Amino acid sequence: MSAMRSASRRDFLKECLSGAVLGASGTMGLLAPSRPAPVITKSKVVIAHDDQLRDAGSAVDSLRVLDLLDRAMQSLLDRDQPIEAWKRLVLPGDRVGLKVNALGGRGLASNLQLVEAICGRLQEAGVKASDIVVWDRDTDEMERSGFHISTGGSGVLCFGTDRVDYEQELATFGSIGSRLSRILTQRCDVLINVPVLKDHDGAGVTLALKNMYGVIHNPNKYHPDGCNPYIADLNMLPEIRSRMKLTICDATTAQYEGGPAYKPEYSWKPNALIVSQDPVALDYTGWQMIERKRAERGLKTLEGDGRKPHYIATAADGEHRLGTNDPARIAVVEV
Amino acid sequence: MLHKLDAQGNVNVPAGDVAERKRLDIRDERGLFSRALDRRSFLRRALASGAALGVCELSPHLVAMPSWSGSEKQDDTQFTVEAKFYQKLQNQKIKCKLCPRECTVGDRERGYCGVRENRGGTYYSLVHSRVCAAHVDPVEKKPLFHYLPGTLAFSLATAGCNVNCKFCQNWDISQMRPEEVPAEYMPPQRVAALAKQYQCPTIAYTYSEPVIFSEFLMDAADAGHEAGIRSVVVSNGYMQEDALKTAYGKMDAVKIDLKAFTESYYSKVVTGQLKPVLDSLVTLRKMDKWTEIVYLVVPTLNDDDVEFRGLARWIKTNLGVDVPLHFTQFHPEYLLKNLPITPVPTLERAKAIADAEGLHYVYIGNVPGHPAQNTYCPGCRQMLVERVGFTASNILIRKDSCPFCHHPIPGVWHT
Repeated sequence: MSAMRSASRRDFLKECLSGAVLGASGTMGLLAPSRPAPVITKSKVVIAHDDQLRDAGSAVDSLRVLDLLDRAMQSLLDRDQPIEAWKRLVLPGDRVGLKVNALGGRGLASNLQLVEAICGRLQEAGVKASDIVVWDRDTDEMERSGFHISTGGSGVLCFGTDRVDYEQELATFGSIGSRLSRILTQRCDVLINVPVLKDHDGAGVTLALKNMYGVIHNPNKYHPDGCNPYIADLNMLPEIRSRMKLTICDATTAQYEGGPAYKPEYSWKPNALIVSQDPVALDYTGWQMIERKRAERGLKTLEGDGRKPHYIATAADGEHRLGTNDPARIAVVEV
Repeated sequence: MLHKLDAQGNVNVPAGDVAERKRLDIRDERGLFSRALDRRSFLRRALASGAALGVCELSPHLVAMPSWSGSEKQDDTQFTVEAKFYQKLQNQKIKCKLCPRECTVGDRERGYCGVRENRGGTYYSLVHSRVCAAHVDPVEKKPLFHYLPGTLAFSLATAGCNVNCKFCQNWDISQMRPEEVPAEYMPPQRVAALAKQYQCPTIAYTYSEPVIFSEFLMDAADAGHEAGIRSVVVSNGYMQEDALKTAYGKMDAVKIDLKAFTESYYSKVVTGQLKPVLDSLVTLRKMDKWTEIVYLVVPTLNDDDVEFRGLARWIKTNLGVDVPLHFTQFHPEYLLKNLPITPVPTLERAKAIADAEGLHYVYIGNVPGHPAQNTYCPGCRQMLVERVGFTASNILIRKDSCPFCHHPIPGVWHT
């Protein structure tokens, strides 16, 4: 198993990663010159992959995705045990929100088995089930994507903002003036972002940063100009930034063209998770994966298609500093 | 028909209609909109009750709908019709041809307005008959000063807008997606019937941005005309020519909010473009559609003398001197709360400049009791319509002309 996994990881890296994105060992090699070099703080992005992730019916296997999640979290937070990793993020008593992406329906929404695995580990880390809410903007949309809606009781909650509305007052930053989901503001101390790796016809790609469009009442106002600078400005809102602790990008199934709606002809199955605490670094890394896939399929680059995701650079600029888009400052670790 | 307002600011309704009126008011607080009033709604109601006292003029668009609690789900299907103005593209994308924005919209996504959705390559309006605000207003409130003065307009709106003005007074409906505000199913025939019931000779499409509910507007206008009810629209004019001709061709009068006379203002404050709005005004002129223009004067942003002069000259050259121009007072709202109310002298300066450029009908709005709300004959300077707040009185215009000197007074007048 281990050998298989190792071999497939190499293949996976070959398939997905550009030369700018380095594995951990490569990064260490670069940082081991003969004389002292300035210490560069790097943002870690972990890509966990398992080409045996699916069962014979092509469904994601619950146990294997849990194992995948554990490997990703242990690597990201340098812990030997998965629960220890989670305990670095959450405390008993925390109310934790999992912002999923249900737009893609059953084909391309945040994977249910993955969400269940995250909820399980959160509880093992001491968070009460009823303090966990899995959410997106619209309950019907979540239901169509396979989520079981639950608005009360002792279990994990699961519903859309339509059930509780948005805050009345506007939250503002830069180009943004929006009402925020009350799930975010009133039910989450900690936000875990669970987007899907996919193409977006306006923004270029939609990953961690763009997934926050599901938090506000008026995302339609922020799609011009490739969603730039709107995505970056939105993620600057204190209500979002202060709660965001982690992004677990679902790359079990991904899409390189025709997004954000599910288009089976443009989707593929990387069978991976991309995990980081730096949403900009994660978006940059995911963008490169999509570019590699597009090149493999003979499609133009996103820039060539007029859809380069400029918002990623904006998110990293001096006015935002939401993370880094500099490949030299991103440590991609593949497990 | 002339109307009168009572001391509480309500339109007087004939006795036979009181029961129905009460039923509507009750329904507004129960039934479909059965939610407790929150602070915002309470304030809205308080403002609404001051309408006839002139207070309401400071809040030009009143929406007596309680805020939505989010606990009820609306049935989308009854409001959903295929959109009229769009083009199908490859990969199930569409290009909207309603407004100059020309949104390219992917499957399962919406346009900038938030009320049109691509479902599998077909574009749908989600707001047909989806009325989120309905009122009986004096037509002066639109404002339309040269259109049946002293009459009522059955005024309605759906959610949504194709721009995002930082000063929007009605952002809590205009900047919402339809599912985020309470709405009532009000098909075109019902709109016409209600207008008739409340003795409104006119249906007004207003409050949010009627461009984005064009399909509904056209059907309601047809239903109204069949019932002998006219239609007017209060719009930003940010619309493609074909859509404008088709939709606003059904209107009996149009009021356009010309929000500034610079592209930079449109870009930064409105999130739109000036040029298409000017084009729309010229098109309406060519269509011989009665049109009035409102210019909201926002301190420091569009209150420059050069801009006022440029605006007046452009109107004179392209539309003629008889197009009414209303300079209205800004009040801080939405995303522009850091600016003061427009000083009255600024409005008077704007009017003086436009007067000097030769425009015949330049008004000052949102300043109750200001003499520049009255209509004066450009020939003999006699007052022909007196206005206090939204109440028009002493309407002397006869047969489209001044009774004193017989100077023609353009507009849509009582026959």
